[in-house]
Amino acid sequence: MDKKVGIIGYGSYIPRNRIKVEEIAKIWGADAPSYKRGLMLREKSVPAPDQDTITLSVEATKNALKRCNIDPKDIGAIYIGSESHPYAVKPSGTIVAEAIGAVPAIHSADFEFACKAGSEGMFVAHGLVKAGLIKYGLGIGADTSQGAPGDALEYSASAGAASFIFADHELLAEIEFTYSYMTDTPDFWRREHQFYPQHAGRFTGEPAYFKHILGAAEGILKQSGTKPEDFKYVVFHQPNGKFPMRVGKMLGFKKEQIETGWLVPTLGNTYSGSSPLGLTAVLDVAEPGDRILMVSYGSGAGSDAFIFSCTDLLPAAQNKAKLTRDYLDKHQRYIDYGTYSKFRKKIIKNN
Amino acid sequence: MGITARNWREYPQRYRMEAAKCNKCGKIFFPPRLVCNECGNREFEQVKLAGEGKLKTFTVIRVAPSNFIDEQPYAVGIVELTDGVSTLMQITDCDPDELSIGMRVKIEFRKVQTEGDAGILMYGYKAVPLRE
Ligand SMILES: [Zn+2]
Repeated sequence: MDKKVGIIGYGSYIPRNRIKVEEIAKIWGADAPSYKRGLMLREKSVPAPDQDTITLSVEATKNALKRCNIDPKDIGAIYIGSESHPYAVKPSGTIVAEAIGAVPAIHSADFEFACKAGSEGMFVAHGLVKAGLIKYGLGIGADTSQGAPGDALEYSASAGAASFIFADHELLAEIEFTYSYMTDTPDFWRREHQFYPQHAGRFTGEPAYFKHILGAAEGILKQSGTKPEDFKYVVFHQPNGKFPMRVGKMLGFKKEQIETGWLVPTLGNTYSGSSPLGLTAVLDVAEPGDRILMVSYGSGAGSDAFIFSCTDLLPAAQNKAKLTRDYLDKHQRYIDYGTYSKFRKKIIKNN
Repeated sequence: MGITARNWREYPQRYRMEAAKCNKCGKIFFPPRLVCNECGNREFEQVKLAGEGKLKTFTVIRVAPSNFIDEQPYAVGIVELTDGVSTLMQITDCDPDELSIGMRVKIEFRKVQTEGDAGILMYGYKAVPLRE
C-alpha cells in the first residue's frame, strides 16, 4: 500500500486567559522561583467559563477547515482525544461534528489515554484514510485539564486544542511513518467519580515518560532508517519544560530542533493537546521538504510517534488561519487565583 | 425536556448560523422564515452567516438571571455581520468596559448555558472582540 496519506488541513485554538506560576504559588505558600526552575514553566492557559473541550475542538477545527478546501460533509470520521470530555456519557464528537456541519454520514468515537488521546485520534483517522474507508478523517487533541488544588499539576494543567484533517491528496504534510509503544505502567490515573487525577510519584519520569518516548522514538528512527539530524523539527509531549528538552538530548536532538514546537513555558501542559499543538506551531513555520518527528506520551502508559514530511502546498496554507504562536503570545489576559478558582469551579457555592 | 428539545431543533442556527436567503430578492433571514417579508416569495436558499462583524449596540447585564449569575457582569449586543445580517448575541471573553459601538468582533462557538448540574450543556455562537 504506497498511497500517500497526510495532513490536508490543521488548526489550533488556545484560550486567552493565563495564570502565572507566582499567582498559584502565593496561595499555597510555595516557592515560585523553584517551581519555575523545576518545571521550566512560567504560566499556563486557562479556559473561560464558557469554554470546554468541545468548544476548543470546534474552533481548532474551523481553523483546520480554513486551511483546506473541503466540504465538511466529506469527513468520514471524527475522533476527539481528551481526558476532559464534558459529558461522562455522550460523545464530544457528536457535538463537534454537528457544529462543523459534518453530520450525519460520519463515524465517531471519543478517545481517552491520558495525554496521548489526541495522537490516538490522529493515528486512527489517518489509518482509515490510508485503508480507503473514508475520504477525510478528523483527529483532534483537546483538553481543559485540572490538577488538584495545591498539587504540582495545578501549576501546569492547561487548556487548548489542535485539529488535523487527513486525506490522500493535496497534502500539506505527508505521514511517512508511524510507530506506537505501550506498556502497563501505573504512573497516573483517575478512578470513576473522582474529580482530580492521582499520580504515583515514583513512576513519574524515568519508567513512564522517558521510557515510552525513548521506546517510540528509537522504534520509529530504526523503522524509517533515519537519524536525529534528518529532522528539521521534533515535538515531544511537554508536561513541563524540562522533560522534552531532556528526552531530546538523550536521543541526540539539538535545542534548535525542539524549540519551535516547545510551547509549554507559556502554555502549560494541554494534556491531549500538548504534542499536537506543538506540531501546529511547527507546521505554521515549516518549509517544503522539512521533516518533523512528533512523539506523544500518555500515562498508563504509551507513546505514538509520527514522521511528517512537509510538501510544497504547506506555505500557502499557513496564513489562512490564525497561527498557534499568535494565540499563545498575543492578547493574553492575566487572571488572579480568585478568578481562576471561579472559572474552574473550585469554589463551593450554595445552589 | 422542553428546553432540550427546543435547543436540539435550533442546532442549525445555534451551532452553524444557518440562515435562509430569499432566492427572488436576496434578503437573508436569521432565523429562517417561510415567507419573505420583502417580496412574498416562499423559496429560500440555505446560507451560512459570516463569522465576523461589528458591534452595533450593546447593554451590560449586571444583575443576571440565576443561570448566568457566575458570568455577571456581561454584555449582550446586536452584531452586524459582514454579510449585512444583524442579530443579538452575548459578547464574551472580555471586560464589558473595553467594548465600544462599532468595534469589530468575531463569532466563536461557546457554551451558552447549562441545564443545572445534571441536564444538557447548550452550545451556540457568541461574539468575541477581534484582537488582531
Ligand atoms: Zn424576497
